[in-house]
Amino acid sequence: MTLGTSTRLGLFLLLAPILVWLIALLVLPHADMFLVSMREKVAPRTYEFSLANYAEFFTEPLYWRTFARTAIMSIAATAMTLLIAFPVSYYIAKMLRGRLKSFLFLLCLVPFWVSELVRTFGWMILLRESGVFSNVFQWVGLADAPVEMLYNDATIMVGLVYTSMLFMVVPLVTTLDSLDDAQVEAGYDLGGNAFTVLREIIVPHAMPGIVSGCIVVFMLTLGNYLTPVLLGGKDSLWFTAQIYTQFITRFNWELGAAFGFLLLALSSLIVWAGLKVTRQTLTETMG
Amino acid sequence: MFKPKTNLILGAVLSATVALTANTAGAETLRLLTWGGYAPEKVVDMFKAETGIDVEVTNSNNEEMISKLRATGGAGFDLAQPSQDRITSAQAEYDIYKPIDLSKIDTSLMIGSMLEGTKKNTMFDGKVYGVPHVWGTSALTVNTTKAPDVKDYLDLCNPKYAGKVSYRMKRPTLIAFAFSMGMDPFAAYNDKAKYQQILDKVQAKLIECKPNVKAYWTGGDALINLIRSDEIVAAMAWDGSGWKVNAEKPEVKTIAPTAGALGWIDTFALPKKTKAEDAAYKWINFVMQPKIAAMITEAAGNFTAAKDGDKYVTEAKRKVYQETFPPAAIDNIKWYPPVPAGLEDMEGKVMDRVQAAR
Amino acid sequence: MLETTDSFDLECRSLVRRFGAFVAVDNVSFGVPQGDFFSILGPSGCGKTTILRMMAGFDQPTSGDILIKGNSVLDVPPNKRPVNMVFQQLALFPMMSVAENIAYGLVRKGLGKSEIADKVKSALDRIGLPTSGDKSIKQLSGGQQQRVAIARCLVLEPTALLLDEPLGALDLKLREHMKVELKKMQDQFATTFVYITHDQSEALVMSNHVAVMNEGRFEQIGTPQDLYYHPDTAFVAGFVGDSNRWHGTVERADSSGVKVVTADGVSLLATPAGDAPLSKGGEVDIFVRPESVVLSLEAERVSGMDNRISGELISILFNGANSRALIRDSKTGGELDVALPQTGEFSTLAQGAEVHLGWGLAQAKAFAVNGERP
Repeated sequence: MTLGTSTRLGLFLLLAPILVWLIALLVLPHADMFLVSMREKVAPRTYEFSLANYAEFFTEPLYWRTFARTAIMSIAATAMTLLIAFPVSYYIAKMLRGRLKSFLFLLCLVPFWVSELVRTFGWMILLRESGVFSNVFQWVGLADAPVEMLYNDATIMVGLVYTSMLFMVVPLVTTLDSLDDAQVEAGYDLGGNAFTVLREIIVPHAMPGIVSGCIVVFMLTLGNYLTPVLLGGKDSLWFTAQIYTQFITRFNWELGAAFGFLLLALSSLIVWAGLKVTRQTLTETMG
Repeated sequence: MFKPKTNLILGAVLSATVALTANTAGAETLRLLTWGGYAPEKVVDMFKAETGIDVEVTNSNNEEMISKLRATGGAGFDLAQPSQDRITSAQAEYDIYKPIDLSKIDTSLMIGSMLEGTKKNTMFDGKVYGVPHVWGTSALTVNTTKAPDVKDYLDLCNPKYAGKVSYRMKRPTLIAFAFSMGMDPFAAYNDKAKYQQILDKVQAKLIECKPNVKAYWTGGDALINLIRSDEIVAAMAWDGSGWKVNAEKPEVKTIAPTAGALGWIDTFALPKKTKAEDAAYKWINFVMQPKIAAMITEAAGNFTAAKDGDKYVTEAKRKVYQETFPPAAIDNIKWYPPVPAGLEDMEGKVMDRVQAAR
Repeated sequence: MLETTDSFDLECRSLVRRFGAFVAVDNVSFGVPQGDFFSILGPSGCGKTTILRMMAGFDQPTSGDILIKGNSVLDVPPNKRPVNMVFQQLALFPMMSVAENIAYGLVRKGLGKSEIADKVKSALDRIGLPTSGDKSIKQLSGGQQQRVAIARCLVLEPTALLLDEPLGALDLKLREHMKVELKKMQDQFATTFVYITHDQSEALVMSNHVAVMNEGRFEQIGTPQDLYYHPDTAFVAGFVGDSNRWHGTVERADSSGVKVVTADGVSLLATPAGDAPLSKGGEVDIFVRPESVVLSLEAERVSGMDNRISGELISILFNGANSRALIRDSKTGGELDVALPQTGEFSTLAQGAEVHLGWGLAQAKAFAVNGERP
């Protein structure tokens, strides 16, 4: 079978906007970035082809340590988001009916009606030394001096999990919604307890949602900039902040571009490894 | 004094956005890349009334100005305000500015010594790239009742004030610590090996001092918040920040450090692809009028290079200034010489390491 | 009614379940003896599924008691009750293989690996799928899935197996086949089955005992034959099997039977049925099975019968041995459904032919309308 010329033209016209979009905003900038990452400044306004920028990442511990820290924190944040989002999603998808269900689902969306910057500043107002929590603790008598809750890893974690919740809850609710109640009942009926039913029936069923949620949250967290920088302060050490620094304050586009590609490559590698370990495939998850 | 960055932008996207903003700007618009407070709304309105030209203000800082102009090869803005010491290196590396035509500027409005100094410092290939606008210093902002013995930059590392101090993770901090440690980084500007030695010592000191720091401040407003709420008691900061807080919290003062405040002059410089050169010159001549200059001083907190500009400044403002800078302290101000190309790369490495140290 | 004794595998006593003001199950009591195939038959929404779910433990009765082997199980959670359920949509676990599905309950019991493997293998043999253990559920046909769903319960050797209309999702042909198969499996595993359905033929074909349920109550419990030939209530008479039905007023009632006159003026003789006594002037419903009606081309053949009607053949509903003739009463215009014997006599019968119908008083059951419920 061959497509008629008019059909093919129609198909091309349909695809044209997305192709233009992809090429102009994705392929071209990335190709340009890639070229930038492959050169080294030898003198003012003179550049030479070199892999030095990539070598720099692997030879300078401070850069790959920053990446490792970012990756580990992101994995931890993803795991925590999953742990918190799963019961919430289960409750919304399986325990609730009708209006209350839509209402709670909507409630998960509400924080995303304000920009990430505003949300992060909200956390700062709550957590800073002269902030709301600190004052409440002192007033209640839990603390006798102002408590600083900003600028540590736990706070970064809270911020990241909060920011990521929606992206985990949506795919989880969707997959859990499609779980037949009878499956769960059958799981109990045949002798399973809450834990085994969860492990053997609910989690395997929700696996596509879990995997897609985890990928999205991991990538978003890894690529997050505002939350770790604002909540983490001087010790935030986030890889995207490092890229920003290279580009903007160090004027080192070459290294920044190399870091950008390393982030892309290494994060894809981590996702791939994660899929391998959990024996999931991307097609299964998306399909 | 500038807005926190809301997005992480790769170069291409950066240039794309700048190009887009460029397209939206009409002919009679001056796109000004400046610092917070340097173009108060009132002054912009007055300028519009007098010349019919709209001013589109983008607040920024030295590094972002260079990055933005570099991304577009000097397009997207019609007038920029980098510090005088950051012009020649950026011009050498990225060729983003165009020389100033001094004949179009009413130089009689400017304090002569400051104009001459800036001309000399922004000279590249025999051409002048900047004229002075606002000047000030990086000094110490201290809560004098809570931290009475902070007199110099190194006092910020006093364990007594652990978790209660702040400074920026930017090059002025490196310079300040070097001076405070008894070295002269400016003298080593043209000797990279010697400069590296200085940087190594400063790096060690900054890492040692890191636990004392509550947060590296990034914007003037953030710093003012920190000191106003007593979350910090001392900081290395722009002199104007301390003066602002002083108005409502008198125990907070700007102190000239014993090693000397670091003097900077923010200039007017023309981006290479400026599209409204005439408007840019009009703006320069407009804001250098003494009365307008005084309004900018009120908004920005710092004095200008306008002749007699300080005459129209409020008495209170003059008083805090004189308290911070008795004549001896003025003589002790270390003015930034132009940064030779390449030094910023070395400094960047040091700051990366300090940032990564735990 | 079955006797209430301690020998039952499964027993419900005065079971009540209310959802707000709605009474889904209204004071139901019954017992299922060991090895019985017990069906609960009723229209959808009659409360039969609620009873099953209460027995499985997924729902709690408002009042009353449920006993398994003589012990109350109200406080026992579903995973601890010695009964297992086959769900309407089967609820096989799609992410597990056939063998894993069957092994699921055994693993939960904590049996050893080899023991589980043995039991799974013998179960697969018994349901005729010896080589399908590694297949995924989706690879099986509907009937095979059915057998797996039952086998996965039966390997646990439950006291009783609860089946919630498991044949509902199958096509007609397979359904007919599975009726026989289910009965065979029950014999093979010698397990008590409690089966709920709205399909009377499923209930009648497979069950030893059937309870007919309507609006939360049991109308009658008995063998399929009892229900068919000796319905206790008008509902049972109408719901179980097909019937011709008349509505009328009692003109005379004595020990030999009742004489009823319909609104059309037709006079019929019938036997009183049900617990409510019939008296002159009372309203009754009369039920007559299609196969109880004698069909003849000659009026003399039915002249000796208690009830006689002449009419015109409207159509023949041919269905082999179950063929029917639809006949319009020439006097009243009412339609009757009559079994059409597959003998040569009627092979030439054509539409519009005049036929004569007759049936005995014993084959016509009269139930009082609005009478007291049993």
